[in-house]
Amino acid sequence: MIFDWGFALEILPALLQAGLVTLQCTLVGMCLALALGLAWALLRRSSRRFLAWPATWIVEFVRSTPLLVQVYFLFYVLPEFGISWSPFVTGALGLGLHYSAYTAEVYRAGIDNVPSGQWEAARALNLGWMETWRSVILPQAVPPMVPALGNYLVGMFKETPILAAITVQELLQTAKLIGAESFRYLEPLTLVGVLFLLVSLSSAQLIGWLESRTAKTAS
Amino acid sequence: MPPPLDLLPSLLTGLLVTLQITIGAAVVALASSFLAGLGRLSGRRTVRGIWRLYVDVFRGTSALVQLFWAYFALPLLGIRLDAVTVGILVLGLNLGSYGSEIVRSAIRSVARAQYDAARALNLNRRQTLWRIILPQAALRMIPPFGNLFIELLKGTALVSLISLADLTFQGQTLRTATLRSGEIFALILVLYFLLAQVIARGMRILEARLAAGRDSGGSA
Repeated sequence: MIFDWGFALEILPALLQAGLVTLQCTLVGMCLALALGLAWALLRRSSRRFLAWPATWIVEFVRSTPLLVQVYFLFYVLPEFGISWSPFVTGALGLGLHYSAYTAEVYRAGIDNVPSGQWEAARALNLGWMETWRSVILPQAVPPMVPALGNYLVGMFKETPILAAITVQELLQTAKLIGAESFRYLEPLTLVGVLFLLVSLSSAQLIGWLESRTAKTAS
Repeated sequence: MPPPLDLLPSLLTGLLVTLQITIGAAVVALASSFLAGLGRLSGRRTVRGIWRLYVDVFRGTSALVQLFWAYFALPLLGIRLDAVTVGILVLGLNLGSYGSEIVRSAIRSVARAQYDAARALNLNRRQTLWRIILPQAALRMIPPFGNLFIELLKGTALVSLISLADLTFQGQTLRTATLRSGEIFALILVLYFLLAQVIARGMRILEARLAAGRDSGGSA
């Protein structure tokens, strides 16, 4: 059996449609990851051990267990507590939770990289807590975080096919359904691969550009 | 055994498959990391180009899509591999494409003076690489490879979707049989977590062993 271009063209619209679902999952997941990760990072910085310690272990646990099993856990266990969300919401939540463990590390590294002299200088200038963060720490900590967060965004995008396991109608799930109906897996799966390749290569370019830009402004 | 530990024996067969895939894929990943990492530093453009292509394709597409492609689409092109082989090869090659960056940057981080010193001692290219550069670079590769192996362990859960009876797959089977979803998946998560801790601990020990009796290895 060889590649059937006509068939590939025929299923392309359906796959592009599914690509939108993939993008939506990624974006919702990323927003969650950015917010939750910030919460973990702040908790871990807390001087109160009963806050810092659990946050450290939650991040470590989430980071070293498979996203697929975490998604299954949310998908099958939440309903037992009377929470039944759609596969899409559950999937995006799973992605966001998983990647929050990574974004937390990015925030932490970004904040830790601000030299302690900056904190001391802010104190010497008698700046308040809010002012220190807003005008001294964050402007220095955030730019180096951008490329790292960008890489995790692409990483998350590439992990969205896992949500096919809980029947989210994203790219891979759609390709599987087309394959099951037509008994042709070659074209849909190859197209999905090519679509992923196109998006991740172009985003890698973009991130490389961002990285060189932040490197320039930093020096 | 008290619940949820009574579920453990049925999960152990899956755990063995997970270990088998992890170890097999780790070997493939290490080999392809070094081949691609060194290949991308080659003096020949075509060699660099080929390894670059490998890295881009495997990093640019998703691991699960690659597994599905190798398992469902490849047989249509006349290449039929069993699920274990697909799992080990695809996950190994996938992680190897990330690993090649580790090898490449570790080698490039060895100080220029080390190359000059090797030349001054009249060592040839091969000797320089194997006796001078790699031993120093290897030490720096260990922490990132530790992370990579943990990513690999997590990645093995995907083989459950191409019908390999690993830990995650056994969990699904057990869930349909017992409906005790919460206990089952919590237990599985803990098992993966423990395995990841073993890998992390092992890599730290390895690093300490290799670092013993050496200075930082001349930082760049």
